[in-house]
Amino acid sequence: MKIAVCIKRGPDMETRFKIAASGKAVDEAGLKYDLSDFDGYAVETALQLNEKQGPGETVVISLGPDVVQEQLRKALSMGADRAVQLKSDSVPVDGLAIARALAAELQSGGYDLILFGRQAVDSANATVGPMTAELLNLPCATAVSTLDIANGRATARRELEGAAEVVEFALPAVVTVDEGMPRARYPSLKGIMAARKKPLEVKAAQLGEERLTLEKMELPPERAAGRIVGEGPGAVPELVRLLHTEAKVL
Amino acid sequence: MQDFFDIDSALSEEERAVRESVRQFVDERVIPVIGDCYVEGRFPREIIPGLAELGVFGANLPEEYGCAGLNNVAYGLIMQELERGDSGIRSFASVQGALVMYPIFAFGSEEQKKHYLPKMASGEIIGCFGLTEPDFGSNPSGMITMAKEQSDGSWMLNGGKMWITNGSQAHVAIVWAKTNGDKSDKSIRGFVVPTTTKGFSAKDQKGKLSLRASDTSELVMQDVHLPATALLPKSGGLKSPLMCLTQARYGISWGVIGAAMACYEEALAYSTSRVMFDKPIGGFQIQQQRLAIMLTEIVKAQLVSLHLGRLKDQGTFTPQQVSFAKRNNCDIATDVAREARRLLGANGILAEYASMRHMANLESVYTYEGTHDIHTLILGQAVTGLSAFN
Amino acid sequence: MANTFAMAESRGGALRRVALEAVSAARALADASGGGEVHALLAGAPGIASLAPELGKYGADVVIVVEHAGLANANSEVLAATAAVRIRSGGYRAAVFSSSAQGRDLAPRVAAKLGVAMAADVTSFELAGDALVVRHPAYAGKVIATLRLTGTPAILTLRPGARAAVESAKAARVESAQPAIDPASSRVVVKEMIAGGSAKLDIGDAPVIVSGGRGLKSAENFKLVEDLAAAFGNAAVGATRAVTDDGWRPHSDQIGQTGRQVSPDLYVACGISGAIQHIAGMRNSRTIVAINKDKDAPIFKVADYGIVGDVLEVLPVLTAAVKQARSQG
Repeated sequence: MKIAVCIKRGPDMETRFKIAASGKAVDEAGLKYDLSDFDGYAVETALQLNEKQGPGETVVISLGPDVVQEQLRKALSMGADRAVQLKSDSVPVDGLAIARALAAELQSGGYDLILFGRQAVDSANATVGPMTAELLNLPCATAVSTLDIANGRATARRELEGAAEVVEFALPAVVTVDEGMPRARYPSLKGIMAARKKPLEVKAAQLGEERLTLEKMELPPERAAGRIVGEGPGAVPELVRLLHTEAKVL
Repeated sequence: MQDFFDIDSALSEEERAVRESVRQFVDERVIPVIGDCYVEGRFPREIIPGLAELGVFGANLPEEYGCAGLNNVAYGLIMQELERGDSGIRSFASVQGALVMYPIFAFGSEEQKKHYLPKMASGEIIGCFGLTEPDFGSNPSGMITMAKEQSDGSWMLNGGKMWITNGSQAHVAIVWAKTNGDKSDKSIRGFVVPTTTKGFSAKDQKGKLSLRASDTSELVMQDVHLPATALLPKSGGLKSPLMCLTQARYGISWGVIGAAMACYEEALAYSTSRVMFDKPIGGFQIQQQRLAIMLTEIVKAQLVSLHLGRLKDQGTFTPQQVSFAKRNNCDIATDVAREARRLLGANGILAEYASMRHMANLESVYTYEGTHDIHTLILGQAVTGLSAFN
Repeated sequence: MANTFAMAESRGGALRRVALEAVSAARALADASGGGEVHALLAGAPGIASLAPELGKYGADVVIVVEHAGLANANSEVLAATAAVRIRSGGYRAAVFSSSAQGRDLAPRVAAKLGVAMAADVTSFELAGDALVVRHPAYAGKVIATLRLTGTPAILTLRPGARAAVESAKAARVESAQPAIDPASSRVVVKEMIAGGSAKLDIGDAPVIVSGGRGLKSAENFKLVEDLAAAFGNAAVGATRAVTDDGWRPHSDQIGQTGRQVSPDLYVACGISGAIQHIAGMRNSRTIVAINKDKDAPIFKVADYGIVGDVLEVLPVLTAAVKQARSQG
């Protein structure tokens, strides 16, 4: 199969972030970057599909300034065949602008499958995959935890809150991958050496008009001091209420 | 740890990529299990296939033999990351790559290289290196292990080796022996000995308080009969094993930095989270001094090893420079580990924390592959022109 | 004064709580614009129209009901096409979707069809002249981004629970509509719905971790921890060193200094006293809940919410409550 994987560079989330002087970005000093986690799963998914199903091509695409070449090289060192950088000065916050640039690149590529991570580690929007599918007028399954492909048809499981659904669709299609899909392999040292010789093409990103713009970035308010909600099982309803309305994790 | 001196800017993208890949492996596959392995006195064999798949064994040897063909800086960074996990893991890789694959590569026949190197890179064959003897450690030229050539060209090997890393799990041993009754070190040759050969036995040395997650063994060879093809044809004299040691010492100079980094990181994290007298202990001058010294010494050691690696890649490095790096870096790493352990207070004696494990390991690393004192004398000889050995 | 669109999410013929939150948020936007109408789209199998009055209670002036046997399960292709047609012709200032699995799947498609600005997973919003300004937690919630959406309609997905649904009774006129495309022609077909479910998550990836310590008293009692994790649906089970040392749980589950270091959205510490070694592995979690019978246990110092009590008594009650809260979500 000819598979495209759209990937994003993202910082290590274990970091304690600071806001840059501009107030419009995190301070990049000392940040470590990697493939956004779900994007790593997407690359791995593509590699395994092509390893299992015979000859194919895995093409990795990333939009952004030249630093994204580091993540493209990582994907190449994992085993992808070639890479495309859609060059832009920065990565816009407008997912639709990114989707337009990706769609322009993917349009005539003849891909059987286009993979995305479910969402990026940093912006966490989960919008670019389905937007790209829409612009390409392709069937799309988002946040899939399993993916089986046979005879040009795909079966995928999607995790919903407290439920799941199994969907079926024909290729070509767009899929965004979630937890449950294979984790990214470690790039082997041979793979890292081989990646130097693989093609990495640089093209201008065709972003178009951006209608979503960043006003500012700030750190969330300090965590309020902890408190004892109550004693014993009787305190559970109040805890659940706080988790829903205050902590917003339920 | 924080790249305080932006040393990363002196590394190529591939070198950084190699380090990151091995770092991730160590973080995910070694560090979670190594404390328990250490307490149990067990080498974590289960990680060998993963290390092989990554390609760390003999990573600086050529691709035509199934290796990664990395430069020496990338190789050094691998050693650093492995020892950030544990000296025992790095020792395993050092022995496999620098002390077994390297001599086969440097002194072996084409047949030996083709047979052994790909299988050793893939972890299918594990090796050990037999030079040190019970009575001859710092002075290997005194070795008594002897190989006698038979009329048909085969060899008969007798003797014993000690402090052999991987000895009891190795499939093959590189054994260094004097030959044909000649007691001078010029007669020393290397032999590739399958450990299943009759007369060869290995048993683990017990009671170690250091390198507990590593196998250290004693080898006994009693009338071990070897075919002519067991000889490493291009080996000759004490110089041959010493060349191997130079390779391994180079890797050690990098490796111990990894152990020191792990201790520093642990101490730093602890100092900012451990509260005593109502403030993080990192706010006290005495701990800040500890951390400042650790950081300084680690950065200096990194710069030494990096420059040494560049010289090695140019082909201009000397064994004396390797002694310099091995001596200095092991020394500062043992100091860093001890200070980290102290900063951790009582928690620092637990296997839950890494510092005391590294501290105990580093006492071995300080001692093996040329003790600190021997490297001091090598440097002394290099600068004065006067040998303190004889 | 401008009308606002809201997508009312349902599953299995019942409204989800996020539907009310979306309608209520759209109500707030319409009111802020000087009192426009809220039009809510409700789609499902025949009979779904009976839910319309409930949407009215939370501020919908018009409920556009799309009933079709082929919409028993949410179908993003059909819903996106149907919503896009309505939004295009409706002259809306904004369209509010939910940042739920369904809404995240749907809203970007609508935005792409219409070529308009979209902001995802929004926690608050305000009209600012011609623009809509929203806040969106990024970087795993460690950074808050303020974003400006230019042009109309502006599309947003609202983070579940970010804004409580507020009652604001309206007449809720019902308008019937047809799906914009025949569900039978959909290229993605739902073959099966599975209640419960969720694949086993790794503790490094799970948004929620339920972790157990010695306070559970035995390996068997970890069932209670597993049950709570299952109730969350997106949770993994962790453990303290003491517990993995005792063999109650595999070492791979250990969270702490030598185990895994985690920073989930929610960390529930069950019967964990909070040794510094353990806290080092989980202190960066966004929200920490602790259940322990010793009120002086150090875990309460790092916890946002604590319950003092026997974990064996509290857990079953909490599991039931979480199950109930999630099915309403």
